[in-house]
Amino acid sequence: MFLYSSMTKKVLMALAGLFLVSFLCVHLGINLMLLRNDGGRAFTEAATFMGTNPVIKVFEIVLFAGFLLHIIFGMLVSGQNKAARPSPYSVGNSSDAAPFSKYMLHTGIIVFIFLLLHFFDFYFIKIGIVAPPAGIATHDFYHRTLLLFSTPGYSLLYIFCFVALGIHLNHAIQSAFQTLGLNHSKYMDAVKVIGSAFSVLIAVGFSLVPIFILFFRQ
Amino acid sequence: MNFKLKIWRQKKAAAKGEMVTYAVSEISSDSSFFEMLDALNQQLITTGGEPVAFDHDCREGICGTCSLYINGRPHGPLKGVTTCQLHMRSFKDGDTIHIEPWRAKAFPIIRDLIVDRSSLDKIIQAGGYVSVNTGGVPDANTIPVPKEKSEAAMDAAACIGCGACVAACSNAAAMLFIGAKVSHLALLPQGKVEAAKRVQKMVACMDELGFGNCSNTYACEAECPKGISVTNIARMNRQFIGAKLFSEREKIVRVSL
Repeated sequence: MFLYSSMTKKVLMALAGLFLVSFLCVHLGINLMLLRNDGGRAFTEAATFMGTNPVIKVFEIVLFAGFLLHIIFGMLVSGQNKAARPSPYSVGNSSDAAPFSKYMLHTGIIVFIFLLLHFFDFYFIKIGIVAPPAGIATHDFYHRTLLLFSTPGYSLLYIFCFVALGIHLNHAIQSAFQTLGLNHSKYMDAVKVIGSAFSVLIAVGFSLVPIFILFFRQ
Repeated sequence: MNFKLKIWRQKKAAAKGEMVTYAVSEISSDSSFFEMLDALNQQLITTGGEPVAFDHDCREGICGTCSLYINGRPHGPLKGVTTCQLHMRSFKDGDTIHIEPWRAKAFPIIRDLIVDRSSLDKIIQAGGYVSVNTGGVPDANTIPVPKEKSEAAMDAAACIGCGACVAACSNAAAMLFIGAKVSHLALLPQGKVEAAKRVQKMVACMDELGFGNCSNTYACEAECPKGISVTNIARMNRQFIGAKLFSEREKIVRVSL
């Protein structure tokens, strides 16, 4: 893994990243079920399916591997990048670069911290490492979510993390296509537009849930 | 025109460098950036100082010798221009101009503003060539080359190897340089034969020399004085992935005695 050439590392990182995007889509779909005023029935049903279906259980392991791969290669590549310029310029670079492209590590770290938080809030409770808060059953994700988002501070932090993820994805999607060599004059503009639109969709889509719970839930 | 200059001074590779401030006055707006530096050096010589060392050769934008990171941009504020083609009319009277050498682990500073860019030569030596046996001259046009291919190859071949892409890159990566070299050879039938080997050798050499990785910020394309496109990097990525996945294993030929 450490001995792979720089480009092999980036290709694997791009593939892992694109795989994680598919996970985001599924997760967003389930989260948006919270917007239905049905007492969390649809959401709980979906969460139970994701928690018990054997195919999903296998993919959970693949998913963790994807996260690990993406993070480890991200760190390795960033480390090499830092080492490639040991003494910095005294005047910062003002070249006309792709927006947000220089903040991939920063936004990635924010998303990683969120991931840890999310593990403590949900996953560790689900697998029984962490005890659920008083009055909430181990598998009752619906009331757990309501409890978390009843605190405006937590909701704000949540939205902040998803804005960071949106910024990350904004560059990541077209960047992954470029790294995989899929830059073609016919399609690249469409890839950039769709990638940006998707990043907004993810940031806004996930943020809708706390906003809805804080302001609009009956 | 009058300018305040902040210039990186470093006596030799091992010495510690620093930004030193100078003032130049009565510079013509039509003088080139290097003529302005020449005036500064004349001034330094007459007052008993050490002139500032900087790289330059053809002074007409084609040799790739000049460098200089001016106010946070390789080759200064203009697009598609080398430092030697930059004129003082591109600055405002009284401006402070910061002048630094290219900075990358693979480009060690030799003195003041001069860096050693032989890393780029090493990458070329690793695979940036076409192996052709000598023999009779082939007839012209015996190898068909599509017009679009030859144009794309020529666009990539416009690279003068100045290293502005490395200097501009936030990761000091040489991917645009190698992308251009890989593309201009692989797009043509003569270079296509060795394409799979070439890209792997050049990337391995790039890693060894301590260049960074491409994070697709595209600052390189924005700063390239020859306007080399990042589609060349994508072509190199495609070739590299293809070569890693599908190239034939080399046959080991045992020489029997």
